[in-house]
Amino acid sequence: MADFGMGAALFQLESVTRCYGARCAVSGVTFDLRRGETLALVGPSGAGKSTLLRLLNFLEAPSSGVLHFEGRPIDPLASSDLPTRRRVTTVFQRPALLRQSARENVAYGLRLRGLDNALARADAALERVGLLARAGDAAHTLSGGEAQRVALARALVIEPDVLLLDEPTANLDPANVRLIEAATLAERRARGLTCVWVTHNLAQARRVADRVGLMLDGELVELAAADHFFDAPTDPRAAAYVIGERLA
Amino acid sequence: MDDLLKGLLGALRLLVSADPQVWGIIGTSLRVSLTALGLGALLGIPAGAWLGLRVKRPRWALALLYTAMGVPPVVLGLLVYVFISRSGILGSLGLPFIPRLFTVEAMIVAQALRALPLVTTLTMSAVMGVDAGLKQQVLALGATRLQLAAVVLREARTGVVVALVGGFAALISEVGAVMLVGGNVAGQTRVLTTAIVLETGQGNFDRALALGFVLLTLAFVGNLLLTRLQAVSAHG
Amino acid sequence: MAISNRSPTGPQIFAALATFVLLAGCAAAPPATPAPTAPPATKPAVSAAPTPTSIVAGPNEMILSTTTSTNDTGLLAALLPDFEAKNGIKVKVVAVGTGAALKLGEDGNADVVLVHARAQEDAFVAAGFGINRRDVMYNDFILVGPAEDPAKVAGLTSVADALKKIAAAGAPFISRGDKSGTNTKELELWKAAGIEAAGPWYNAIGQGMGQTLTFANERGGYTLTDRGTWLAQASKLKFLKVLVGGDSIAQNKDKALLNPYGVIQVNPARYPSVKAKYAEAFSAWITSLETQEKIAAFGQSQYGQPLFYADSEAWRKAHP
Repeated sequence: MADFGMGAALFQLESVTRCYGARCAVSGVTFDLRRGETLALVGPSGAGKSTLLRLLNFLEAPSSGVLHFEGRPIDPLASSDLPTRRRVTTVFQRPALLRQSARENVAYGLRLRGLDNALARADAALERVGLLARAGDAAHTLSGGEAQRVALARALVIEPDVLLLDEPTANLDPANVRLIEAATLAERRARGLTCVWVTHNLAQARRVADRVGLMLDGELVELAAADHFFDAPTDPRAAAYVIGERLA
Repeated sequence: MDDLLKGLLGALRLLVSADPQVWGIIGTSLRVSLTALGLGALLGIPAGAWLGLRVKRPRWALALLYTAMGVPPVVLGLLVYVFISRSGILGSLGLPFIPRLFTVEAMIVAQALRALPLVTTLTMSAVMGVDAGLKQQVLALGATRLQLAAVVLREARTGVVVALVGGFAALISEVGAVMLVGGNVAGQTRVLTTAIVLETGQGNFDRALALGFVLLTLAFVGNLLLTRLQAVSAHG
Repeated sequence: MAISNRSPTGPQIFAALATFVLLAGCAAAPPATPAPTAPPATKPAVSAAPTPTSIVAGPNEMILSTTTSTNDTGLLAALLPDFEAKNGIKVKVVAVGTGAALKLGEDGNADVVLVHARAQEDAFVAAGFGINRRDVMYNDFILVGPAEDPAKVAGLTSVADALKKIAAAGAPFISRGDKSGTNTKELELWKAAGIEAAGPWYNAIGQGMGQTLTFANERGGYTLTDRGTWLAQASKLKFLKVLVGGDSIAQNKDKALLNPYGVIQVNPARYPSVKAKYAEAFSAWITSLETQEKIAAFGQSQYGQPLFYADSEAWRKAHP
């Protein structure tokens, strides 16, 4: 994978744990997310990948451990941390669109921030995902792939520093998968966007990621450069996972 | 049957003839119901959104809400009555912003208290019905709690419109509380329901039926307008 | 792939309508029945019972049609046992509004009527429906109002003067506005005073005497009431006082405020089924000095003053 000017740690996680009652979805996760890199998170369902993304998007706070963004902790509820929180966003597996036009959906994040020219910028973003022609259409008339591309445009238009993707292409046809990967890659090239990409598709992980991490039962058991992860995994569980996925 | 037919014809005649008394009564009915609904919505929609968005809804608030929903309007009227009566807890203070008994303002207070739990509960249900994934997505896009509430309300507008339609219907057809605190003063606090009670009591069944038909028509037209509004807003 | 956005569907609109109907249904209270009238009240706005058209009296029974005031005050209950014991006749009392009470006599459905509407009574006799009208008693109306009396009517002896001052001052006047006997009387008084009772100061509330007094108390308004209802409720009406009509019937100086009751036998020549003998006996008994003494004393123990003023010929002879 090409180097897009990866730099210092943007996120620092030390023993981050997130529990709901007695059950811990994420436990003792430690790693740095470097500026400009794309990290793929793989692992079986229920391993804590989505919870980790919510922690990274400041939608919830760790039960224990340290989660620093640019060297300091962020409080999900504090209004003083709002500008920082707004530098990170997520595209979820299900493109939850508002009951409005595609254009209004894309403009929504800009309006939240009180930015000018929201509609013009929304149109430009829609053009980048090949949907300018459908800008005026109501969201519920879009196909699944189109809706997910609108969701991606809605995330990219606010020019986040970090984009979190939670199995964004899980239910899509190959053409739409390619479009979404391409649009994300273009944003990395243009702005040095940092990405965390949760996926079940190891081929996709290999295509998009600089580094790959494996989560099992809330723990990050392996984190390595993509090539290393797939070809020479250190952890036996990672090796088994990679082989198992290949076999499956 | 004869009475019904006469009532229907009478209703048409009353409306066409632009009888100032009848139109005055209709005007007072609308003014009281809509103002009270507006006040109830002003507090009830934010309260319902707040409750609907909370992960853990405080039990005391829910208990209070459901109790308030269950209070018969006439009891609500009675409570307002004893509070603002000249010898009542609030009325005896002589404060300028406490409405006096037997005024339109007193009726609005009683009716707003009736609308508040209705609008709050129905708004809460509507907000709770909004896709949890959408709420998460909106927060992930950087919404504040207030912006989240605003967008969730917009998504739940169908339910909110239902809350308002329901509230309007409940208010305009309410008789007990408005009779108690309004006093049914001709040309001042007489509304459709209290006028119907009066006309029926005097044996003027045709006039009572005519007013009844006016009430039904009003509720129907209001309902129709709001459902149309809802259909339009759903596609907005 | 399903997207969560939906346009309103049939079920949703149905739900809206259903909610509407449900809530409308909840709110609709049953039609108000006339509030139970305080014991000594004149007839209420509305007589809940439809006018009976056929009442059957047994062999030793007779039917008295009367206004609600004589019944609700407990006067008849106090007097009738004496009549029934002396004559061996059971009296069936039909208590309705004045108009309906006379109508019962007109249709031959009552044997004797006891009402308070002098003009209508005379017409009733003139038309041949009744015979032998006799004065029985009277009660009276009074003008009550706020203690601070903004129109300065306290102590006036003429109700017409008082009404003129109230209208001139634009002070709130509360009218029952329910076409009851008291309301009819009030409208006659305005007419006699030459004033059109209308305007923001004139509040017609379409309710009974009790509610009207409560309203006047709350709003600091004037109203016309029968003395019986006033006496029964005065303890709860702390912002009101009697301004015209004095503290008892004896002190009422304005004849226009008196409310005479008469007894009329239904004409047996017109309706042979009428129990003429019983009717005559009743008429003679209620105007007798002995019964009149009881009428004059009725209410004395409870209110410290009589609710009705005895006024039959026999009484007047005995108390010149």
